[in-house]
Amino acid sequence: MSDISSVGVVTPQTAHFSEPLALKCGATLPAYVLVYETYGTLNADRSNAVLICHALSGTHHVAGKHHEEDKHPGWWDNMIGPGKPLDTNRFFVIGVNNLGGCHGSTGPSSPHPETGKPWGASFPVVTVEDWVHAQSRLADQLGIKTFAAVVGGSLGGMQALQWTLTFPDRVRNALVIAAAPNLTAQNMAFNEVARQAIITDPEFHGGDYYEHSVVPRRGLRIARMLGHITYLSDDAMGAKFGRKLRTGEIKYSFDVEFEMESYLRYQGDKFAGEFDANTYLRMTRALDYFDPAADYDGNLSAALAKAKADFLVISFTSDWRFSTARSREIVKALLDNERNVTYAELTAAHGHDAFLMPDQHYHDIVRAYLENVE
Amino acid sequence: MTHVPVQAHVHFSQAASERRDFTAIAQWIAPGAKVLDLGCGDGSLLGYLRDTQSVRGYGVEKDDANVLACVKNGINVIQMNLEEGLAGFEAQSFDVVILSQTLQAMYNTERIVQEMLRVGKEAIVTFPNFGFWKHRFQLIGGNMPVSKNLPYQWYDTPNVHLCTISDFDNYCRQHHITVRERLVITEGKTIHLFPNLLGSLAMYRCGIAP
Repeated sequence: MSDISSVGVVTPQTAHFSEPLALKCGATLPAYVLVYETYGTLNADRSNAVLICHALSGTHHVAGKHHEEDKHPGWWDNMIGPGKPLDTNRFFVIGVNNLGGCHGSTGPSSPHPETGKPWGASFPVVTVEDWVHAQSRLADQLGIKTFAAVVGGSLGGMQALQWTLTFPDRVRNALVIAAAPNLTAQNMAFNEVARQAIITDPEFHGGDYYEHSVVPRRGLRIARMLGHITYLSDDAMGAKFGRKLRTGEIKYSFDVEFEMESYLRYQGDKFAGEFDANTYLRMTRALDYFDPAADYDGNLSAALAKAKADFLVISFTSDWRFSTARSREIVKALLDNERNVTYAELTAAHGHDAFLMPDQHYHDIVRAYLENVE
Repeated sequence: MTHVPVQAHVHFSQAASERRDFTAIAQWIAPGAKVLDLGCGDGSLLGYLRDTQSVRGYGVEKDDANVLACVKNGINVIQMNLEEGLAGFEAQSFDVVILSQTLQAMYNTERIVQEMLRVGKEAIVTFPNFGFWKHRFQLIGGNMPVSKNLPYQWYDTPNVHLCTISDFDNYCRQHHITVRERLVITEGKTIHLFPNLLGSLAMYRCGIAP
């Protein structure tokens, strides 16, 4: 049965860029590709485009499915589609895989233009600013001068915020969801443990594991397991698993005994089988380095003075990795600059993952905000 | 700074013109002023002030349904609990801070007016006058007052800090708050004689003495 609120079957597209891209780290990417998907129709004056920025492990596949029997729709399919909060009957929505990714856009597993071998360790460390630059070139190619909105959760929210700073005249609304103006030491610490798990995996080979035909699966698996713990709240894990045993009895072993262990191992295994370890390292570094206030002596209000967009900032009460207090910092800096800003602090049990959940009130807020976007 | 008007934009000026307290507040606000409305509800006061005085406004509201209503109405709203103070707002960053019929429902009442005058150059506070004769009569009759402005029963009321006009005058004096203007109304009419007895709604424009 076809779902009328789904964008249906979508086909990813590839944009080629031959103009070199200077990166924040000092390196230059000579040429690159970005894989993207679009939903809805670009209107005549090209004013209804919405860019979706993905988080750590996200992709360009934001909504719809890749074939009729596809059981796994895009990662934000509950938010985007005909009649959904981000209504593709009104908006032309773009999902793009970021540079350094592993889903088709140029990244560490892509062939190096000179050697033809995977970039591996030599692929530069990319930043949120670099992504925004690359995304802007995609917008150029599609003939989009300004976005009606740039939208993202978590690391995606950071990109939405960065858009308003790098290209203040090209984004009319920014939806910054479950994000932060930078990572706290504790938050970065989780990233460091994740990276150490990968880097110390004997099959990492300094990042050039492709040529050994292996992948640092164990490291990536542990990194993902750790991540999942931080994306859920204590309450959500308690409600979902509690102390439930898989077989109903304790076995005095180190096998999977508790349901929670089964969940973490499943998520870890699944992720390790499909994600690139070098990409994971770079995504976490992009998170660590994001800090728009750094150039302004830590003064976020001064950093956001450039922004011209209107903002919807959303946080979730049980999100401890990107806490409500961090979103409030963004809101305060926007208030200091007299930006139009609405801040919704949503009561949610799911922790950081709440930004992906189909909560009615959350969706109502996003829908109501976007209905007022011209 | 003007919010983009929308297709189904709600126009507040008409519906709200009936509300005497709205028109009174509007008279106290200069065109184009920067306004913070604490406990802004569905944003109708801010919408009215936007449409009539072209204010640049923000609302503060804790209730989910009200926040959603504000978003629908195109009102800038910050979801937070007023009881926690106004730490997210810089000192003297607003021309006017409004607390419209919310004072009596607050726990941290003593602190909030001072917070309003830290954040705003001026504060507008309105509250139902507990000293209104109808309330006094009901108390003499032996029951907690229930009226148009106090529509709750004692067991379900959100109001925890009710006061009379005389009480609020004393409060201002004790806390070095200058009352720049006071307006007392009943059924939309201004009350000049015996306001603490005949007035049902009290409205104050306050500041800090220079």
